[in-house]
Amino acid sequence: MSSLVKSLIFGIIVIALLYIVNAMMSSTGFFGAGIDDYSARLLVFIGINIILATSLNLINGFTGQFSIGHAGFMAVGAYSSAYFTVTYGRQLESAFSSLGELGATSVILLIAVVIGAIVAAVVGLIVGIPSLRLRGDYLAIVTLGFAEIIRIVILNIDAVGGATGYQVPGYANFLWIGIFAVITVVVVHNIVKSDVGRALISIREDELAAEAMGVNTTRYKVVSFVISSAFAGIAGVLFAHYNKFLSTNDFQFIKSFEVIIMIVLGGMGSMTGAIIGAIVVTLLPELLRQLSFIQVPFIQVGSSGEVLLSSIPLDSLRLVIFALILILTMILRPQGIFGTKEFGLNWLKRPRKESAGAETVGDSEGTPIAQQKEAKRLTSEEEDQ
Amino acid sequence: MDTFVQQLINGLTIGSIYALIALGYTMVYGILRLINFAHGDVFMVGAYTGYMLAIHLGFASSPSIIGFVVVLFGSMIIAAVIGMLIERLAYRPVRKYSRMTTLITAIGMSLFLEYIFVVIFSGTPRAFPQLLPSDNYTLFGNATINTSQLLIFVVSILLMLGLQFIIFKTKVGKAMRAVSFNLNSAKLMGVNTDFVIAFTFALGSALAAAGGVLVAQYNPKIEPLMGLLIGLKAFVAAVLGGIGNIPGAVLGGLLIGAAETLVVGYGQYIGIPSTYRDAVAFAILILVLLIRPAGLLGSNVQEKV
Repeated sequence: MSSLVKSLIFGIIVIALLYIVNAMMSSTGFFGAGIDDYSARLLVFIGINIILATSLNLINGFTGQFSIGHAGFMAVGAYSSAYFTVTYGRQLESAFSSLGELGATSVILLIAVVIGAIVAAVVGLIVGIPSLRLRGDYLAIVTLGFAEIIRIVILNIDAVGGATGYQVPGYANFLWIGIFAVITVVVVHNIVKSDVGRALISIREDELAAEAMGVNTTRYKVVSFVISSAFAGIAGVLFAHYNKFLSTNDFQFIKSFEVIIMIVLGGMGSMTGAIIGAIVVTLLPELLRQLSFIQVPFIQVGSSGEVLLSSIPLDSLRLVIFALILILTMILRPQGIFGTKEFGLNWLKRPRKESAGAETVGDSEGTPIAQQKEAKRLTSEEEDQ
Repeated sequence: MDTFVQQLINGLTIGSIYALIALGYTMVYGILRLINFAHGDVFMVGAYTGYMLAIHLGFASSPSIIGFVVVLFGSMIIAAVIGMLIERLAYRPVRKYSRMTTLITAIGMSLFLEYIFVVIFSGTPRAFPQLLPSDNYTLFGNATINTSQLLIFVVSILLMLGLQFIIFKTKVGKAMRAVSFNLNSAKLMGVNTDFVIAFTFALGSALAAAGGVLVAQYNPKIEPLMGLLIGLKAFVAAVLGGIGNIPGAVLGGLLIGAAETLVVGYGQYIGIPSTYRDAVAFAILILVLLIRPAGLLGSNVQEKV
């Protein structure tokens, strides 16, 4: 079977599945099976978070650069596309009315996604070029600062609601969010498996060596950063048009940190790890909310400075728990839960014959065989001692 | 002209605070090549420690110079201990891993400090008690300077001179310079690097805490997230001056403080509304990275293979 046919079948199955879930979310349900609004919202946010985590993983996990301003690019995509749909949405709805309501809103959403992605990519280019020319941690601080600038700028633009918030038409639904989540995963996966991906991984492993081997490191870093920003923009577009309301509070530092936690938990440089991280980080606060009947004794300081021992619900410790998870993961398992390993169903397949070159080139993660052998030798030596 | 002098005084006041915090960033970066994201939060911890000391030692109701000195040094000492604990518990175990790992740990530490303080003190701002009687002094005609601004200048200059003394005239300062030059060589020469690193964290945290108490005197509203933005700006100040360079951190802090208040004062004439105040530092950062990445006083070091 040719790969094109395979991809087509894969695409059709995915869309059919997403369509069924989407239908289950509607008021009528799908043949009697329904999903309540609460679960529907969670599924939607899992989808958006998968886009965010997978795209951030491209720059943080695979290229080894450290961006912590993903929420800023998300905000750029969200606000630029929302400005478009608020301004031209009505006109376009009537222009595309021959496609039916679902068709018209889908077309407008697609245009909005393109706009959001392009604007976020351009901004990513502007931010990326000065900071990625340099080695080291400058990207981290620049992206963090940039995310804050963007928030301040948006707060000062009255055309997009400023501090009061921005009403956006609700064109996005689970079907589109799911499709874009799958597209993001497929695109990032294909980039990583391509020669560009090899270049990115070589930069992560050793930037100096990569440069010596003729990899144009600045160029590849910027490319990876721009693609990552574009997808963050798409996540922003979908969030804006699902949530129907935008406030700059949705794009604070804490949002960027959440995405970092997703990929750190899953393992930087693992596609499946990032997806699982996105699911866990979306569901964990909800789990804690369910457990909010558990009271934890905690020291608190009253309004006039008196020290009290009071009991607080587990739920209010959500961010403290996140922070502790982050620190403990770094101390105990710095490569994340999955590391660069992929979790998949490959072990179900029949083992294929290794091609002749595989032994000398490297394994599926791109780790050179020689390096693996060295690592094995070192661990066995340690065991001997 | 009078307002210009006034703006400059206000700018240099906040700039001195940036400089105090930037010193901690630059020292830790110089030694460990780590952006200590939690440093801005140590500044916040310092302000809250000062708040608790002032209330529980009874200085809140009766302003006096002794009360101020006790609160200042008390919170500096407590913050120094907290800084060493952070280093010991979170950073030392990950020091052997990649820089990305230490950076993520630092972010985790920053989040942890912020939200544990939100839980303990709640997110609503608190009023910091006035520790000294407030007076206004007139300078150069119409410009005025109040006690807390004067205090910021005097205390930060004294602390910076003290730091200069420790780094250049004491044995541990010599060890700090050696470790920042090359950690492994210093270790081979018999320097107790673990101690030097812990000492650096203590020193930086004490300076940040002093900044916290001084800011709380100047603008008596403290909240758990107050360290986030001010810490970032201080980091920008360190980069502007040349990261790892101590006079550079002071220069960068003063420049950023001055630039900020000048934008607030005069930006409207060139089309920058004063609400962009917080964006100034980051615009400067991007310019520095484009034009002179090593910073104003930093030297360009080639990476050796």
